[in-house]
Amino acid sequence: MDINSYKGICVVAEATSANKLTGVTWELIGAAKQLSEQLNGEEISVILISGNNDVNPLLKEISEAGAQKCYLAQDDKLAAYSTEYYAKIICDIVNAKKPSIMLFGASTTGRDLAPRISSELNTGLTADCTELGINEKGLLAATRPTFGGNLMATILCKSRPQMATVRPKVLARPEAHSSNNLEIEKINVKLDGVPLRTKILELAKSLSTACVTIEAAEINVSGGRGMKTAENFKILEDLAQALGGAVGASRAAVDAGWRGHCDQVGQTGKTVTPKLYIACGISGAIQHLAGMNASETIVAINKDPDAAIFDIATYGLVGDLFEVVPALTEAIKKEQLTAAI
Amino acid sequence: MKIVVCVKQVPDTSDIKWTENNTMVRDGVESIVNPFDEYAIETALRVKEANPGSTLTAVTMGPPQAKDVLKKAIAMGADDAILISDKKFAGSDTQATSRTLAKAIKEKIGDFDLIVCGQFAIDGDTAQTGPSIAKHLDIPQITYTKEVVNSSDSTLVAKREIEEGMQTIEMQLPGLICMVKCDYEPRRAPIKGVMKANRTEIPEFNMEEIGLEPEQVGIKGSPTYVSKAFRPPIREGGEKITADSPKELAEILLSKLKETKVLVS
Repeated sequence: MDINSYKGICVVAEATSANKLTGVTWELIGAAKQLSEQLNGEEISVILISGNNDVNPLLKEISEAGAQKCYLAQDDKLAAYSTEYYAKIICDIVNAKKPSIMLFGASTTGRDLAPRISSELNTGLTADCTELGINEKGLLAATRPTFGGNLMATILCKSRPQMATVRPKVLARPEAHSSNNLEIEKINVKLDGVPLRTKILELAKSLSTACVTIEAAEINVSGGRGMKTAENFKILEDLAQALGGAVGASRAAVDAGWRGHCDQVGQTGKTVTPKLYIACGISGAIQHLAGMNASETIVAINKDPDAAIFDIATYGLVGDLFEVVPALTEAIKKEQLTAAI
Repeated sequence: MKIVVCVKQVPDTSDIKWTENNTMVRDGVESIVNPFDEYAIETALRVKEANPGSTLTAVTMGPPQAKDVLKKAIAMGADDAILISDKKFAGSDTQATSRTLAKAIKEKIGDFDLIVCGQFAIDGDTAQTGPSIAKHLDIPQITYTKEVVNSSDSTLVAKREIEEGMQTIEMQLPGLICMVKCDYEPRRAPIKGVMKANRTEIPEFNMEEIGLEPEQVGIKGSPTYVSKAFRPPIREGGEKITADSPKELAEILLSKLKETKVLVS
């Protein structure tokens, strides 16, 4: 492999069902701009894979976020995500265009797809990064938490492209700039002979609203062992509703059967980074902290003044959550407070 | 059906201690079966039970003491197990690990129908080894699997938990699935199983025996390497607020959240 023939930073875009770029796609293009500045302005490209629907709104966003080039692959066969078709398209583009760095969102799709591609291309992939930089030798330095958030590791890659998946909502979203400079290259989609051995039968969207919103919410109200019963989560739902937030749970509350696993925040659940995290009756085990300690502001409500959660909480309220939470909800409603945007 | 489950021995990350120089203490940390792999074993056993005549083989790559996790799999109900072990495997990243496991499965287990993995290991937390094994064996994959709905020799239907909700997906076999935490708990090993595990000889294979070359494994076979490892900055706690009444507590908090512009009216 002639590593010097690889140039530029390539972001694999993801779109929502509302035909908008996902937040992490914006964040990746923002990161690519910063990396490009440290690499003498190497090109920032985006791969957009789509069915034959209108992609103009997405192209506009890609341009506004700051990309210079877009490789656009469109085909009816690509309307829904499939590991095998998407991997084939991306591998073909990489083999032809030879980007030096490739970035994916650490979404379920990104983490399904990226390892498949890195193994096909026989190159390195660093998972779920929280920081990207360029080291003194011009290599991608990808930093990520490991050992359940106990250790940070900075990983380098000997081969090309240097691939990484990046955790959503950690890197800054770039400001939108209007621009007409996006160069679009349509990719000739070749999928004949490529096996597709999976078929989507159904998507149940309403299974649990928390499944959909817990990671996206800007305000998260979570309950732990101190909630005592499933019914008691009603007061957290009231508070979350007053603030336009979502309700999460610690592992103790999930294991007790009070909430579903898709609400679980922590090492064996979801990682959330809201603007405001309100931990109610959560003691603060290291596994829980791993899932929420990057939140901007943390409020802890707990009867036990020695609870570990107070060691990291921005504001620690020592008191009975069954009294404090309703009082908070009432005051918030009265003053009509919401999250600052 | 011929079913394979991949398991990993991991340190219990809830028990991490640090030296004065901020390096992690690795000695004396308890080793456990990766929690997600316990769901993989349980799910593999359920598929086995739903398809009479099936067999389940557990596989791990690791040092000789990693046999403990294979014994646990057998105790829970796996028929047999193999250990892939060689000092040359030290320093493997996910690419080298998945290449090694895929080759071992191909050479030493052969015509499998289904491979079951945990979605993540709690030490590395990459979620990459499963999909990479699938690519190396050129089989389809289902990641973030919550439940296997039904299975036969030729197809498997599973539910996967993704951002948009719960997806039901059908896969042709042979294929690979990666399990997240399920709605059911992994079974406890019955006494009979533990006795069987103690009796079972676990064959061990090294690099040459599975047919790999030194440049394909370990540090040499790994495109990535750790340049720096450090303890994350510890988040400082802020202030503890006490007051005479819950109402007062709420008011103090809200005034602070307004002051710092976390909340606005």
